[in-house]
Amino acid sequence: MTDPLVTLDNATVRFDGVIAVDHINLKVSRGDIITIIGPNGAGKTTLIKAVLGIQPLSEGAIHRQAGLTIGYVPQHLHLQPTLPLTVKRFMALSGVPAAACREALEQTGVGHLLAASVHHLSGGERQRLLLARALARKPDLLVLDEPAQGVDINGQAALYDLIRQLRDRLHCGVIMISHDLHLVMAATDKVLCLNQHVCCSGHPEDISRDPAFIETFGQSVAESLAVYHHRHNHQHNLHGDVVAAGDSDSEHRECSGHGHH
Amino acid sequence: MAIIDTVLDDFFWRALLGGLGVALVAGPLGCFVVWRRMAYFGDTLAHSALLGIALGFLFQLPLNLSIALTCVGLAMVLVVLGRSRGLATDTLLGILAHSALAIGLVVLSFLPDVRVDLTGYLFGDLLAMTRADLAWIYGGAVAILVLLFWLWDGLLMSTIHEELAGVEGVPVERLRVLLMLMFSLVIAVAMKIVGVLLITAMLIIPAATARRLARTPEHMVFLAMGFGMLAVAGGLMLSWQADSPAGPSVVVTAFSLFVLVYSVVRRPQH
Repeated sequence: MTDPLVTLDNATVRFDGVIAVDHINLKVSRGDIITIIGPNGAGKTTLIKAVLGIQPLSEGAIHRQAGLTIGYVPQHLHLQPTLPLTVKRFMALSGVPAAACREALEQTGVGHLLAASVHHLSGGERQRLLLARALARKPDLLVLDEPAQGVDINGQAALYDLIRQLRDRLHCGVIMISHDLHLVMAATDKVLCLNQHVCCSGHPEDISRDPAFIETFGQSVAESLAVYHHRHNHQHNLHGDVVAAGDSDSEHRECSGHGHH
Repeated sequence: MAIIDTVLDDFFWRALLGGLGVALVAGPLGCFVVWRRMAYFGDTLAHSALLGIALGFLFQLPLNLSIALTCVGLAMVLVVLGRSRGLATDTLLGILAHSALAIGLVVLSFLPDVRVDLTGYLFGDLLAMTRADLAWIYGGAVAILVLLFWLWDGLLMSTIHEELAGVEGVPVERLRVLLMLMFSLVIAVAMKIVGVLLITAMLIIPAATARRLARTPEHMVFLAMGFGMLAVAGGLMLSWQADSPAGPSVVVTAFSLFVLVYSVVRRPQH
């Protein structure tokens, strides 16, 4: 069990000679939440595709644990308007039995949408559907590409919280890309700041003080992270209502997106 | 079986049977054309069919075979060229579509011994359907439908989200090539029905009509098959009654069904 799920060893990807991902070393183990941050064009998505096995490496090696099941949550589900699709049918396409599909939808809080058309879902509901589809496969490793894109700010906090809860329940590894720095910082164990190469990595609190991080993201971002890395005395449910921290089964109390302290 | 012989001896029944067979495969493939935004791609393959006819005369091959081979060849050229990013896809398709059509016409004009009824190839010659044509249509239809049924989930998943499908172990690239081969085959057989210029209509219009009523992808496929068959039957009746050209009559019927469904059902239900 102590075997890492995925190990990248000097992973390098070039597109027509231009370097996109530069000699990355990375280990993901069960229970880890690793967040990749970095400016646009830093190679975040390329790195994640290499982990997923849909982007061949130009150099270096990748090792996946034997029999590893990966659950992938892509950035968007762009559905052609000409393609009719219900949540139920979309889930069934994963090849997972119906009962397990329903359970996964319940876990991500969209169980009531089973019969709905995917076209009618909101941004947050779509992300939760994609997350449910990844969960239904009982993944050892969950890979998420900007999971909170197109989700409103309350929904974002709830979504990251959900990801952390799922990690605890499934005891899987999580690797994700995010731009929501302040939210991610509170919900993650390890941050990998990418700019082709790894510009810095470590615990969020240490990262926000790292000179390389401050150089990449600027002083103000770094300072705001220090502010946001705190603990709240309450939580919000899906609808943004305040819920007393003790009412939830979550052991995590952080919640961001509100200005009152 | 005397009754089957009687039916097959009648050109009207042969035309109807052939048309229905084509509508059966055009339904699911047309859905993929609509879902994957491949309308222009279908047009390009159809245009190359005329080149196939010219090459068939030139090398004295059976026409169905040479059309299918030319379409397959062009589809493979498109797969390879599509991977390099030299030209935008629609530009590339536009160049190949019309060049293939023009080369076909030029080659045909160089064959003095061949007198070709161009109208028949451009707009279809449904009423001249032979028993051999019927064998081609139903052979191709069965092959395509079996393949589609077998590969359905993978094809659908890679249409919905290519990368997600790839991560889940769907052989996305191989399926794309296979789908193009199926298009080539259906175009080779559908040419007989509606001709080079109208094939894309047979693929797209029934599928688009079905979209308005469908709730799941599979539902849409069966509806598209139904609308396609209605269009064939209706078009043949129209052609019989009004002495109008059969191929265009089928397309006009398909279009009428489309307008009817879209004006009765005001917004997509799902």
